[in-house]
Amino acid sequence: MLGKERCEQVLKETLQAARPADEAEVLVMTNESGLTRFAENSIHQNVVERNAQAFVRVVLGKKLGHASTNRVDADGLRQMIERALQIARLSEDNPDFGGLPDDGRPVPVIDVFRPSTERYTPRRRAEAVARLIGACRGKGLRASGAFETGLREFGVANSKGIFRYQPATTADFNTVVMSDDSSGVANASALDVHELDVDALAAEAIDKAERSRYPIDLPAGDYPVVLEEYAVANLVGFLGYLGFNGTAFREGRSFLNEKRGQLVAAPAVSIWDDGLDPRGLAQPFDFEGVPKQRVDLIKAGVAGDPVWDSYNARLAGVPNTGHALPAPNSFGPIPLNVFMAPGPTPKADLAKGIARGVWVTRFHYVNPLQPKKTLLTGMTRDGTFLIENGQVTRGVKNMRFTASILDALSRVEAVGSSTRCSINSWGSTSVPALRVGSFAFSGVTQF
Amino acid sequence: MKDQLLKIVDYARSLGAQYADVRFIHEENEILTVKNGRVEGISKIDDEGFGVRVLIDGAWGFSSGPSLPLWERIVREAVEVARCSGLARKEGGIRFPAASAVTDHYRTPFVEDPFALPLEEKLALMMKADAAARQVPDLKVVRTSLGFLRIDKHFASTEGSYIHQELMESGGGIECTAIGNGEVQKRSYPNSFGRQQLTGGFEHIRAMDLPGHAHRIAEEARALLTAPTCPAGTTTIILDPTQLALQIHESCGHAVELDRALGMEASYAGTSFLTPDKAGRFRYGSDLVNLYQDGTVRNGLGTFGYDDDGMPACRTDIVKNGQFVGYLSNRETAAEIGHATSAANRACSWNRIPIVRMTNVNLAPGTWAFDDLVADTREGLYLVTNKSWSIDDKRLNFQFGTELAYEIKDGKLGRMLKNATYTGITPEFWANCDAICNEKHWGLWGTPNCGKGEPSQIAHVGHGCAPARFRNVRVGVA
Repeated sequence: MLGKERCEQVLKETLQAARPADEAEVLVMTNESGLTRFAENSIHQNVVERNAQAFVRVVLGKKLGHASTNRVDADGLRQMIERALQIARLSEDNPDFGGLPDDGRPVPVIDVFRPSTERYTPRRRAEAVARLIGACRGKGLRASGAFETGLREFGVANSKGIFRYQPATTADFNTVVMSDDSSGVANASALDVHELDVDALAAEAIDKAERSRYPIDLPAGDYPVVLEEYAVANLVGFLGYLGFNGTAFREGRSFLNEKRGQLVAAPAVSIWDDGLDPRGLAQPFDFEGVPKQRVDLIKAGVAGDPVWDSYNARLAGVPNTGHALPAPNSFGPIPLNVFMAPGPTPKADLAKGIARGVWVTRFHYVNPLQPKKTLLTGMTRDGTFLIENGQVTRGVKNMRFTASILDALSRVEAVGSSTRCSINSWGSTSVPALRVGSFAFSGVTQF
Repeated sequence: MKDQLLKIVDYARSLGAQYADVRFIHEENEILTVKNGRVEGISKIDDEGFGVRVLIDGAWGFSSGPSLPLWERIVREAVEVARCSGLARKEGGIRFPAASAVTDHYRTPFVEDPFALPLEEKLALMMKADAAARQVPDLKVVRTSLGFLRIDKHFASTEGSYIHQELMESGGGIECTAIGNGEVQKRSYPNSFGRQQLTGGFEHIRAMDLPGHAHRIAEEARALLTAPTCPAGTTTIILDPTQLALQIHESCGHAVELDRALGMEASYAGTSFLTPDKAGRFRYGSDLVNLYQDGTVRNGLGTFGYDDDGMPACRTDIVKNGQFVGYLSNRETAAEIGHATSAANRACSWNRIPIVRMTNVNLAPGTWAFDDLVADTREGLYLVTNKSWSIDDKRLNFQFGTELAYEIKDGKLGRMLKNATYTGITPEFWANCDAICNEKHWGLWGTPNCGKGEPSQIAHVGHGCAPARFRNVRVGVA
């Protein structure tokens, strides 16, 4: 960990050294993490890593140069700047580039650093894993998964006055527990490692693995489904990436181009991005240092707005919402701090009213087929069950879905009353479970 | 460097490691993108660091850092982590067979060093391709990219090995996106998802002739907007080599990773239907199907001198005359089933522990000329360039979409179709392979985005193949 003082020193010195440029931006990202990985009831990979990287973007007129290094001493930083300047000199003008952002407004200080996570040791991770393994061995089950704890720092500054720094800690525990013909998953993440209840997660995965034994074949077709939070997070993540990306919108590749302001989901569905909400991995500024704005993606079923970074906002003639990714970014801005509103229905009651349907714990290997139509395909895994007369009755073999996210959201009949937050590399997703009136399964597999 | 690295492994041994290795890696990466006539980004990435792996009492520990002066701390951490792993050690401990010491140097063969070429020349080539594509109306996005990677890698182990490798990769491609009629359609050349990448130098980029193909794929993207949708049904398909490469990757390459088959990737990437009891006893495909891994083939993206166990790259059979015979493995996993390693232990960076990865997983050529194969097909589809992919966590049920399809009627390629998909179950699909084109049509394709492991590792792997035909395939799922 560089620490606030050293990180700010790196930012200042790099900007100073980049003075030959008309404008310059420096980004510093560090991480220190440990991950204990286990499979077949033993720890098989147990790793520690630390790194610090600096990224610079220099501007000479309308020419840009980018370089990065993980040698953040004076010599390494100087060489990085020289490389970026050389690139800019040899490059061609980008007439669309409107300059680096100058939004130096103060951002709220949100404390997402927990010393308890920073101090967590490999021994404590291994002890927690050993408890899970012990519980599984006792039941003739096999545990796999990973327990990760770490800290990261993120600093960004530019020659137009932006200067930001934020440290954060994260902890994540995931496990898949298997029998010979079934499996169950559990996953949780938190800023404070002590908020992870590993024993409860073990019980969740073990319960799933035991209940999904002896799975039966269910033919492909349209079924009402209950999608657990893991599955919903997957769909909502794709929706943000495909539909609410400012670049995709500007280029006409998003469903929003035709559907903005229209009803695209059930009225019970509200999804927004909010980097300031401490219930997720709050991050008050983006990778350009611009303050993050809350953006309603879907409000009471009505399609809202895409998110923007400085480059795309300028070309679209709209305000920047503070959703830039690190430059150079050909992908575009995306929502990273996503929330979906819970509803009134306890999760245990979501299956009620379904005569014959499918309970999906999570999806696997999901990919877009037709991005503009939000059409995806993927598999279920680690806990797929038959629902009969409102009750979850037995495991079924995993199924392939080929379905549109918007179509699924428009068929939402009930929303779970609690949400589950998963923290990923650069943000978090917090969503409830859903009951969806009809969901298209296009195939089945053999287990 | 050698003395420093040997000092590191000696220190690990002094702290109790029965085996230790260290990798010091320096990477230079240059990435250029041009979008719609604008230089979107040119970046140079400089990255270095070292990772130490120790085996103590049958359990692994690994730690890594960016700066060699940290080495004593990193070794102590790796040792501490290994001792913690012992709290839930595998029964009997990890078996890690000894290997002979190797001192060697390997360098990727290349003709033209891409890093020595002026930036202006690379940009000029990209701008030429971009301009050729943008002559076609209705195109919304034309993106051209080039990427070059140089890796300087030193390996030392307590077995006395010291191996220095200088690896080079070059890649490039162009993508054209047309929008209209409520459709977004993309065509890519030579491969989708940004680029075709191989080990070697700028000669690969020249051979691609991006400007020479740009106009054609731009026209194809535009034509797809008004093309009929691929109908649903069961039919015969011929896969072009780029799509077949990904079919091999997903349904064979990952399925034969021995760590997956042994359950070591269960929670993340998944396991494999090819469990160890099936080795030598399971019919994977038709008699025509011969698949092998080869870390030695020139230009393959999964080609190297030595893997991260310090073992020399080699070629081994995976499927022989349709029968499943062997895995991709490393020293640890191969020992579990009494096999020899296939030298496929690869970490994607200095800060990752090596795991079993693909090298180049190739389908041996058959006997057919492509035109004869089409002429021999009464009805079916010719599917070109991957657009989407998905497969279950045991690598059985897959579904792929392609950018483009051509109808085959009475032995001739017919009209263009859009949004084509096909789906199947791996061994049933490969059992229905009834023709493979000959070596004249065989080529190597790079997959520079293969994800696996926790923390995530993105590997660069390769696949060699020629077009092949499959009967009774379900198409048009979406």
